[in-house]
Amino acid sequence: MLKINEVILQTVTKVVVFIILTLAIYLFFSGHNAPGGGFIGGLVLASSFVLMLLAYDMETIRKGLPLDFKLVGASGALIVVLTGLGAIVFGEPFLKQAIFSFSLPLYGRVEFSTVTLFEAGVALAVVGVVVTIILSIAEDV
Amino acid sequence: METLIIIVIGVLITSATYLLLSDQILHIILGSGVLTHAVHLLLMAMGGFKGASEPIIGHEQTTYVDALPQALILTSIVINFAITAFFLVLAYHIYQSSNTTDLRNLRGYRHE
Amino acid sequence: MLSILLAIFLPFLAALLIILSSTYQFRHHIGWAVLIVPILLFIYFMRRLFDVADGETFYTTTNWIPSFSIHLSTYLDGLSLLFSLLITGIGTLVILYSIYYMTKDEQLKHFYVYLLLFMGSMLGVVLSDHVIVLYVFWELTSISSFLLIAFWYQRKGSRYGAQKSLIITVFGGFSMFIGFLMLHYVTGTFSIREMLLQADVIKNHDLFIPIILLLLLGAFTKSVQFPFHIWLPDAMEAPTPISAYLHSATMVKAGIYLVARFTPIFGGDMLWFWLVASAGMVTLFWAAFNAIRQTDLKALLAYSTVSQLGLIMSLFGVGSLAYHPDIQLSTVLLTQATFAALFHLVNHSTFKGALFMIVGIIDFQIGTRDLRRLSGLIYFMPISFTIALIGSFSMAGLPPFNGFLSKEMFFTAMLKLTQFDIFSVQAVINLFPVVAWIASVFTFIYSMTLVFETFLGEKKGKVTDETREPPFGMLISPIILASLVIIIFIFPNTLANYVLKPAVGSVYPFVDTNELGKIEHWHGFTAEFWMTVGIIVVGTILFLYRNQFKKAFLFFPYELSIDNVYNHALAYSEKLAKKMTNLYMTGYLRHYFSYIFLFIIIVIGGAFFALHIPFSIGENDQAISTFQWIIAVMIAVTAVTVPMVGSRLSAVLLTGFIGYLMAMNFVLFRAPDLALTQLIVETVSTSLFLLAFYFLPKWDIERAPFKWRNLLIAVSVGFVFTVIALAVNNNRLFESISSYYEKADELAGAKNIVNTILGDFRAFDTMLEAIVLFIAGIGIYALTKYKKAKGAGNVED
Repeated sequence: MLKINEVILQTVTKVVVFIILTLAIYLFFSGHNAPGGGFIGGLVLASSFVLMLLAYDMETIRKGLPLDFKLVGASGALIVVLTGLGAIVFGEPFLKQAIFSFSLPLYGRVEFSTVTLFEAGVALAVVGVVVTIILSIAEDV
Repeated sequence: METLIIIVIGVLITSATYLLLSDQILHIILGSGVLTHAVHLLLMAMGGFKGASEPIIGHEQTTYVDALPQALILTSIVINFAITAFFLVLAYHIYQSSNTTDLRNLRGYRHE
Repeated sequence: MLSILLAIFLPFLAALLIILSSTYQFRHHIGWAVLIVPILLFIYFMRRLFDVADGETFYTTTNWIPSFSIHLSTYLDGLSLLFSLLITGIGTLVILYSIYYMTKDEQLKHFYVYLLLFMGSMLGVVLSDHVIVLYVFWELTSISSFLLIAFWYQRKGSRYGAQKSLIITVFGGFSMFIGFLMLHYVTGTFSIREMLLQADVIKNHDLFIPIILLLLLGAFTKSVQFPFHIWLPDAMEAPTPISAYLHSATMVKAGIYLVARFTPIFGGDMLWFWLVASAGMVTLFWAAFNAIRQTDLKALLAYSTVSQLGLIMSLFGVGSLAYHPDIQLSTVLLTQATFAALFHLVNHSTFKGALFMIVGIIDFQIGTRDLRRLSGLIYFMPISFTIALIGSFSMAGLPPFNGFLSKEMFFTAMLKLTQFDIFSVQAVINLFPVVAWIASVFTFIYSMTLVFETFLGEKKGKVTDETREPPFGMLISPIILASLVIIIFIFPNTLANYVLKPAVGSVYPFVDTNELGKIEHWHGFTAEFWMTVGIIVVGTILFLYRNQFKKAFLFFPYELSIDNVYNHALAYSEKLAKKMTNLYMTGYLRHYFSYIFLFIIIVIGGAFFALHIPFSIGENDQAISTFQWIIAVMIAVTAVTVPMVGSRLSAVLLTGFIGYLMAMNFVLFRAPDLALTQLIVETVSTSLFLLAFYFLPKWDIERAPFKWRNLLIAVSVGFVFTVIALAVNNNRLFESISSYYEKADELAGAKNIVNTILGDFRAFDTMLEAIVLFIAGIGIYALTKYKKAKGAGNVED
């Protein structure tokens, strides 16, 4: 892989990746009422991997993230389909989403929507696929 | 603003068409990317630029810009990314197996 | 009464089970398991027998594609019951026979899947009330027949025969489909029963004649009427059980079914009569004549099937006259013709089925079906001889076999036809009995050839002392069929009362079927009797001197045959198609793109200017901010630069730059989600580009030569799009539908409208998008791995 042996880049990356990850999670959950959502969250998450790839080499990433991203992508796609099927179980049309709200101690009212599950599937699919693509190309080159 | 954007669309499409008609694989990939941008702008322009605020429901009474083209474009951006990546890998492999990126050299066999 | 639908789908379900068990090895012959299906179905239809004989009908309907008013409606009446019993009854015997005929080293699962597919679709044809559904099943029978003819696809003849049958029957089926659509246009319904009620409307419509021609094209191609009969002899490449089942007993009778089913609409029309009756007569004569010269036993049987189908078809033509307004009084005389047709249809299935099975046995035991290499089999295969004798004599129309009864009724109908004075050309009508008689003489000759040349005489050719009867199981089915030949002769009226008369009743709802009378064995010394005697005398003489007589065939060389015409037409159209395709499929991507772009310029742009669609510039526009101006100009300038730069890195970076400008644009358009997404995607994909290119040392763009032609196309396309976009912008015909989505908060409890559209309102699109994304990822992964596998051994490809 890239043979840029730059200490600065690597050190900065260590910090920045966590900022990006936090941003990704924030964007993912804010999608309901503000800009953000599954796609963006997933893409931001994936871009942090791109940064790591640029700063380190393949081996480090493999060791640091022993995940099969094909599987991540596949499970994302599966979750998306399953949330749709879930509606059928309750006698609703395919992919009909529902909202539950309940109150937690200390935190207060919490709204939970099946859209969140759906979006999580989308995000996983995006992350899995984008990282798979990048890893395939990087490995290949 | 609509007219300006539509003219920009025309320029983008012209450029994309010229790139697509090239014999270089890279040009074709870039051309498809430019074409995607043109289509995104076209969707936007067709939705119109009326409406006071971004499509996020707030407390004050207001009009929103058309949300549907935005949803379409969002989908398109992600798919375009996947397709571009696929093209890229394909082009790379064409280069590896045949040592050329010129489509004129790639006509493997004359059909019977 | 959903069970009729279940009956149609039972074979399909069984086929599916076989497919699912594809890896499982059966210890016994899989045919034993398959056999259950037709037996169950046969019992099921037999249980309906008495109800239907009492005049009851069963109608069911289930929605299939309700938005196009396509329903799975089934209708069981006398006519469909007769066919259903044939399909399941003969099906049972054929599958039993096939268990011995098809050895275990064949691809049995394929064989039975195709066979079940056929059985289900054939049941679908005769039980559907909806014409579109009927058409679907009709084509499914063609396809399963194709698969079965090509079962031994290693043989050239099999592939040729399969292709021929498919081309001809699908051509006919498609014509029939257009006819159905016309019928729907005229009547406004897809249901056959409702169409029958509107017979008068159809008769007075301008489309009446096209409908007749198109429907008959379907019927004639399927039921091998002249000149479409040429596919059946080639279809004999199929395994013999298939020939016995599809190509003699059931599928080729689908056309007859269609004619019978639509007789209430078209009956009485002289065009319909002339087409059906004369096609039947010509087929009967020509095929019987040609059967004599065949030396392959199966080809002989194929031509004889064609000729017998012609006989049945001509009887339906005569029977259709019962609807003629001028001959209401003597209706019974004519319905008798349909009665005879249905009777012969059943008889034909019995004796022809038996004969096919015997020929299959000969082929199986001796390894040849060539008449010239077979002789004296009687000493070694006495049981087969007996069955063949019964079958042939019945086919020749001799007593005491069922063929005699229906042949007599055929003569009666033809003789009675000459007594009516409604025809414009009486001379041609007078020819009908004559042609019928001559054709019957030919039938007599080839029937005798079949049995006596094979079984009598000295043993020669491949017949040796080792020749034996086949295993007894193989003989069960032909024995049952041969027994039926005799039983039907003795008790014809049992069959008539319970099966045939209800079927006649469904063709002629206005006729009291009790008036049809009984089938008599002995009419006295009538014209029909003397015709039969004449056939035996003349036929015997000609049979004895057949070698001299066969010289007549020299007048019909191959060059003049329809087969030759078909082959030439096929070869020519193939050549033409290849030429045409090579003309535009040049192998240059550039050319293919040019076609698309030229289409846009000429057709879309041309239509736009031809229609004088108004457009204007700068009307009702929103104000443009300075910032917007800057971004727009930058995008345009960058886009123009991309094709001009010489290095790949600059080209990639410039395209990336357009992407970032687009993101800023989205901000100005008040689309924060888009801006965010575009930003990240552009970053990721630009780094992808760079990753891929960084390590490709020589992948520089050879500066593409500037091409005026490409520029011209590009500018024209850009111009067409600009003008159309302007026109659309000026002429908005509809309100935006987005106001519905703006209720996102109430409907989905979310405030981000774009995200709600993606996740909730249009979640289906998003789901598919996630899947597309996943597929692209897998594709890329596979591409890289593919190269790995190949590169490992440095294989030259």
